[in-house]
Amino acid sequence: MPSTSAPTSTARSVKDLRLGESGTICCLNDPEMALKLLEMGCIPGTEVRLNSKAPLGCPVTLVLGNGDYTLSLRMSEAATIMLRD
Amino acid sequence: MGSVDVTITRAGAGVSATTLEAASPRLPGTLTRIALIGNPNSGKSSLFNQLTGLNQKVGNFPGVTVDRKTGVAQITPLLRAEIIDLPGTYSLYPKSLDERVITDLLYDRTSAQYPDFVVVTADASNLRRNLLLFSQLADLGLPAVLALNMMDTAEQHGIKIDVAALQQEVGVPVIPMNARKGIGVAALKIVMGQQLAAPTVRFYEPSEELLPMIRQIRYYFNLHNDYLALHYAHQYQRINFLTADEQAYIGELVQQYGFEPTAQQAQETIDRYARINELLLNVVEVTRTEEAEPYSNRIDRVLTHKVWGYLIFFGVLFLMFQAVFAWASYPMELIDEGVAWINQLVQTNFEGPLISLLTEGVLAGLGGVLIFIPQIALLFAFIAVLEETGYMARVTFMMDRIMRKFGLNGKSVVPLISGVACAVPAIMSARTIENWKDRIITIFVTPLMSCSARIPVYTVLIGLVVPDVPVLGIFNLRGIALMGLYLLGFFAAILSALAMKFLLKTRERSYFIMEFPVYRWPRWKNVGITIVEKVKTFVFQAGKVIVAISVILWVLASYGPGDQLAQAEEQARAVATQQQLSAEETENAVASAKLESSYAGTIGHLLEPGIRPLGFDWKIGISLITSFAAREVFVGTISTIYSVGQDADTRTIQQKLATARDSQGQPFFTPVRALSLLVFYVFAMQCMSTLAVTYRETKGWKWPILQAVYMTGLAYGASLLVYQLGS
Repeated sequence: MPSTSAPTSTARSVKDLRLGESGTICCLNDPEMALKLLEMGCIPGTEVRLNSKAPLGCPVTLVLGNGDYTLSLRMSEAATIMLRD
Repeated sequence: MGSVDVTITRAGAGVSATTLEAASPRLPGTLTRIALIGNPNSGKSSLFNQLTGLNQKVGNFPGVTVDRKTGVAQITPLLRAEIIDLPGTYSLYPKSLDERVITDLLYDRTSAQYPDFVVVTADASNLRRNLLLFSQLADLGLPAVLALNMMDTAEQHGIKIDVAALQQEVGVPVIPMNARKGIGVAALKIVMGQQLAAPTVRFYEPSEELLPMIRQIRYYFNLHNDYLALHYAHQYQRINFLTADEQAYIGELVQQYGFEPTAQQAQETIDRYARINELLLNVVEVTRTEEAEPYSNRIDRVLTHKVWGYLIFFGVLFLMFQAVFAWASYPMELIDEGVAWINQLVQTNFEGPLISLLTEGVLAGLGGVLIFIPQIALLFAFIAVLEETGYMARVTFMMDRIMRKFGLNGKSVVPLISGVACAVPAIMSARTIENWKDRIITIFVTPLMSCSARIPVYTVLIGLVVPDVPVLGIFNLRGIALMGLYLLGFFAAILSALAMKFLLKTRERSYFIMEFPVYRWPRWKNVGITIVEKVKTFVFQAGKVIVAISVILWVLASYGPGDQLAQAEEQARAVATQQQLSAEETENAVASAKLESSYAGTIGHLLEPGIRPLGFDWKIGISLITSFAAREVFVGTISTIYSVGQDADTRTIQQKLATARDSQGQPFFTPVRALSLLVFYVFAMQCMSTLAVTYRETKGWKWPILQAVYMTGLAYGASLLVYQLGS
């Protein structure tokens, strides 16, 4: 986990997206989780859209890239996917 | 394709055939070994089913605790191939026990299990991500075929793939197909019939700094390529066939060169995607103009809605219970009658202890196995349809947050629900949970859900002590008592899960990263194969154990120490003649006396001091032993011990129990005693089938033994509490 003193504290993650909002992945900040996410197509530079949330607010679904692939993951995992400004 | 010549030159273009002459032609009739590998949801199972049909079997991978599914495919009239179905995976870096099977298979070229080549399935509508795995396999130097599946879906998405160009780029034969409809399977078989060369294209080169380490590993183990050596550096601690010295050697190298597996793997993945993106530029053309909302998203808006989502889910659950309880009862009755008929047939025509063993031991045990087939088939039909359509992913999505609080996982919902019907198929359905800890916890607590086998016990005992009075006008006290027992089981299950969440240690991290499959119509062939496979597995694997235990129980109940049995029979007959009992009553009295002096009866008496604090006597002791194999045996045993005729209905059993007196002449079954017994049956692990299936699913005795000890301990403690506080 990155320390909060780093200048990245203002950076947004997928967790901060509102429903329907899109962003572009800049980096993944949890090395272990990153391996799984990378393999599943969460590559820096890819566009993600927060597609829906489970009825209790977690997990969420993301639509990746050009829209033909939906990924479901927990909020804690979404928080490790950082977005470009 | 009419030719049976299996050495015809390969149909694929742009692939070098240099090794074709060097390799010896395949002998007709020999068995080729082909591994089938691909991303989850890439149509791998469909292709496997297309190739092998019902020629499938599930066995253990040598040395690995995970199932290995194989099947035989007729490639040409003279060539048959063994197809190994590997677990769906996104990459060659295993994340779970399941995925480790793949690396175990592909690391050791000298192994007898090593495949001649691999067929990689890829979803054409999602080619970029699917090619990641393919590129890794190609870099391992494995001869491969790329089965480009779901061409129709890709077309609908406006994705056009130039197959010839793709084949040129990836350096292996590419077969466009639609495995659901069987399109392209014939073409794939033609390629499968060929001697394939190793792919010539490389997708990723390890960085310069890594090369000294890689080369040392490579030469030490005499490996044929760098990428395999790199994988050795990654996985050396988990490669089974390496000796401790060999592992230590790699460990030293890794230390010496400061090899960072995580960073390397992340960089490799990014590099691969870069290479794949570049490659796809020449191959894929996306003609989609405006992006229409995918229909799956629109369906999801209803099916995962915060109100409708749960309502629909409970509707589906209701339908499933209806099917398992109500619909399954007809075929179950037929099986029951069928086994009874065969039993009758054997008994009337033959005699002797061997026949008695056959009918009361083996056939009775077999009947106990076969009777569950309809429930298992229906339950798995439902589960297979829900999986196939993609709805199951949505259920786990909706339930994950709730289940996580108890150390479970969204995917634990299915087993827990199925457990109300029968723990056996329920535990089998826990397979879909990838995370080891979540899966073990689910398997462990599922038998606490009150299954249908407990119903006869509940009914008899509740009827005995709970008065039939209305409560609040609409409810019935007996109904409430029954409901209470179900809730007791449910809470015991989730609280046990909670406790295990803290007790179980694992290095594996729990995550919930899952592809959301698009909604599809189920493929009925796949559903059918799933049902047949699950039923077969259950009958053969669990059946063996159940029949064995039934035989042991039969021996215990039929024989006694010394000539005790004969003496007991003589005595009982004498008493019966004295009291001028009818022939049937005499037989019952004799059976009861014999049972008391049998080994089972002896054990019952031996148990008595131990179970007296729970309010039980030796008669209940015998029932506890016999019903250990299956709970429903309780009613049968009780009716034998209390000399009720075999044809007795529930009411007469209750009457008999109600008139039973203790040594002081007081009614034996007081409410407290009955409640103590009920609580015991809620918790106790009295089901050989469940233990057998836990053994099968966890591949060892550790978990079934722990499960039996824990549940029996829980039952004992709860019964003790009830009886001691109540009396």
